Amino acid sequence: MKFLPLLWSGLWRKKIRTIFTLLSVFVAFLLFGLLMTIRGAFSFGVEIAGLDRLILIHKVSLIMPLPVSYLPRLNTTEGVTMATHNTWFGGVYQDPANFFAQIAMEPEPYMKLYPEYKVSPEHMKAWLADRQGALVGVDLARRFGWKVGDRIPIVGTIWQPKQGQVWEFNIAGLYDGESGVDKTQFFFRYDYLDENRAGGQGLVGWYIVKINDAAAAQQMGAKFDDMFANSSAETKTTTEKGFVEGFAKQMGDIGAIMIAITIAVLFTMILVAANTMAQSVRERTSEVGVLKTLGFSNVSILALVLGESVLIAVIGGGLGLAASWAFVQQGDPTGGMLPIFVLPTRDVAFGALLIVALGLLAGALPAMNAMNLKITDALRRT
Amino acid sequence: MFNWIGQTLAVTALNLRTIPQRLGSSGVAIVGIAGVVIVLVSVLSIAAGFTAAMQNSGSPSRAIVMRSGADSEMTSGLSGAEVDVIKQAPRLRRDGQTPVASAELYVIIDIPKISTNTPANVPMRGVQQTAMAVRNEASIIEGRMFEFGTNEIVVGRGASGQFAGLTVGNEFKSGQDTWKVVGIFETDGGVSETEIWCDSRVLQGAYRRGNSYQTVLAQLDSSDSFNTFRDWLTSNPQVNVQVRREADYYAQQSRALSGLIQGVGFGIAALMGIGAVFGAILTMYTAVSTRSREIATLRALGFNATSVVVSVLAESLALAAIGGALGGVTAYLAFNGYQTSTMNFSTFSQVAFAFQVTPQLLVMGLIYALAMGLIGGLFPAVRAARLPIPTALREL
Repeated sequence: MKFLPLLWSGLWRKKIRTIFTLLSVFVAFLLFGLLMTIRGAFSFGVEIAGLDRLILIHKVSLIMPLPVSYLPRLNTTEGVTMATHNTWFGGVYQDPANFFAQIAMEPEPYMKLYPEYKVSPEHMKAWLADRQGALVGVDLARRFGWKVGDRIPIVGTIWQPKQGQVWEFNIAGLYDGESGVDKTQFFFRYDYLDENRAGGQGLVGWYIVKINDAAAAQQMGAKFDDMFANSSAETKTTTEKGFVEGFAKQMGDIGAIMIAITIAVLFTMILVAANTMAQSVRERTSEVGVLKTLGFSNVSILALVLGESVLIAVIGGGLGLAASWAFVQQGDPTGGMLPIFVLPTRDVAFGALLIVALGLLAGALPAMNAMNLKITDALRRT
Repeated sequence: MFNWIGQTLAVTALNLRTIPQRLGSSGVAIVGIAGVVIVLVSVLSIAAGFTAAMQNSGSPSRAIVMRSGADSEMTSGLSGAEVDVIKQAPRLRRDGQTPVASAELYVIIDIPKISTNTPANVPMRGVQQTAMAVRNEASIIEGRMFEFGTNEIVVGRGASGQFAGLTVGNEFKSGQDTWKVVGIFETDGGVSETEIWCDSRVLQGAYRRGNSYQTVLAQLDSSDSFNTFRDWLTSNPQVNVQVRREADYYAQQSRALSGLIQGVGFGIAALMGIGAVFGAILTMYTAVSTRSREIATLRALGFNATSVVVSVLAESLALAAIGGALGGVTAYLAFNGYQTSTMNFSTFSQVAFAFQVTPQLLVMGLIYALAMGLIGGLFPAVRAARLPIPTALREL
């Protein structure tokens, strides 16, 4: 520790170079943090999708509705904990660019199936008491400045009301959740939709079934599909995780390619920074000779040189990661297109590892050289 | 004056000729700048390809009629009676007595994507006999058109390449229907090339739509007739519709996704650009500091400060130009024409398209590279010019 001032003054030997090296490392890790966030956003929350929840959709396509009459049959099937249904509403709030998911549902069963959505008992009670009530995610409410009690008009696109085109909702409550949970959705009551829509009574979008044993997901899925085989609405069952993954894959390789290119380039940038850091050590061969003459042991020389490069990496990279984290805390900058916009802890840890690796890698070779240097050789060099 | 130019040229030539001696640090700057240009050009080529596919789809002389309030074909719905009214609208092109308009259904069918082998939402369009006449750019390039009244289908060129089992002669089952592929069509690279076409009557049955359609695509007698056509329909109490030019409709659909890709592309490229500028500054500082004695000698010989500034800037710009060109060529070779497909969120269905590294993007990449070189060279250049001659001469 007593060498810290020595380390520090070595760092500032060439101010400009150190500052720019720090800045390069800073930018590299700021980018790293943002990229990991974008990568997570493109996978649509597959990380938190449940393995014990199955999704039943119409066999031909997701857009084909299923009859509501499947619900009691699913609920009475052995091995089923609980089943419920959802219907995609796809309405427009003020402008088509204000996209967010609106889902018609049965409040109580749904909230039991998805304990990750946190609602206060008062809000839940208010929602159950108001047919026109809606439960909205805290991020969505923040985006449009909505408060509990606000009246929200939404123009129907798929489902038209019996009169006009506008559906009216009251915000009965807000839901929250941990990071990684999509807090941009708009939940409302299926009974309100079904009674007031001009057509399509008794139809739902898809079913969600929680099963007792996640290991039996495959057999249960096959069982459901057999139950409804040869009916007018045959089903296709997948685990929720498989469903979300399949959906993310529909985005195609665009996200993957964008991230692959950038990560490749990012690593080049990090190597470039490492090269600069190594160069700064190489230039000081004669100083190392002086230190050795003064009686510094080989190990302390090694520690000194490594310490310097690790210090640069930790300061620059640490600040970069912190800045990306701070940016991500502001929420989705695209206004609704990337609902899950968080920097996963796992990636922060990976970034921290990368920082230390960068410091060690950049310092290792010059440090070894410095350690093995003969005093006479070192002093002779300029 | 001539003396000054002569000096500048001499110093610049000296600098440029000695670049190979500083290969290491110059290489670092070149690689840094090339990397940024690769990211910028290749990410924007995704957006360019997607937008091009959408723009190729719309003709200004065609109008698309949907139920009012519907934001895409997918959510629209028109009854058979409404379709009959729409087909009587004025200024619609007529071929003898037949209006050149096709009432269509637009649905999704689950077909696995070849690249991932996971189900994808492939758009399926039920069309009427007039479909090919309305879309005069469409043509069958393999096999034949389907027979109306049967379960035959024709498949767009893009869909055939991206999704499993869509080759001529193949049959596949979806729900209780079996579809037989009899032909492949193209539409000059438009989004329809990702679609599957079949008889609208057959599709009505398969998707239990009764006698209802989703859109009417109409060929107008000229592109100026649009307003008359639209106003007649929107003021007609028998129908509740909105009318858009086809080109506008597709342009609006491409906006969200290409905006997102461009935002991410520009954002990342800007950040990386800052990093690369730091790299260039470092390189040029190193170049200047290793040559401070040479520079001081030149100054002592009577070369003026401006020529030194220009020479350092020229070196930095040369490195940037090499980096920019390298990056542009790499991005072009790696990504131009790369075929892929993605989800178009406004219709919830797949769009196949090819990445396009356009000349504009290459020029933009090069300009960006030069800008980075200019900024990166500026500070070191000024420093070189300000170097006190005696100190510099004494430096080791």
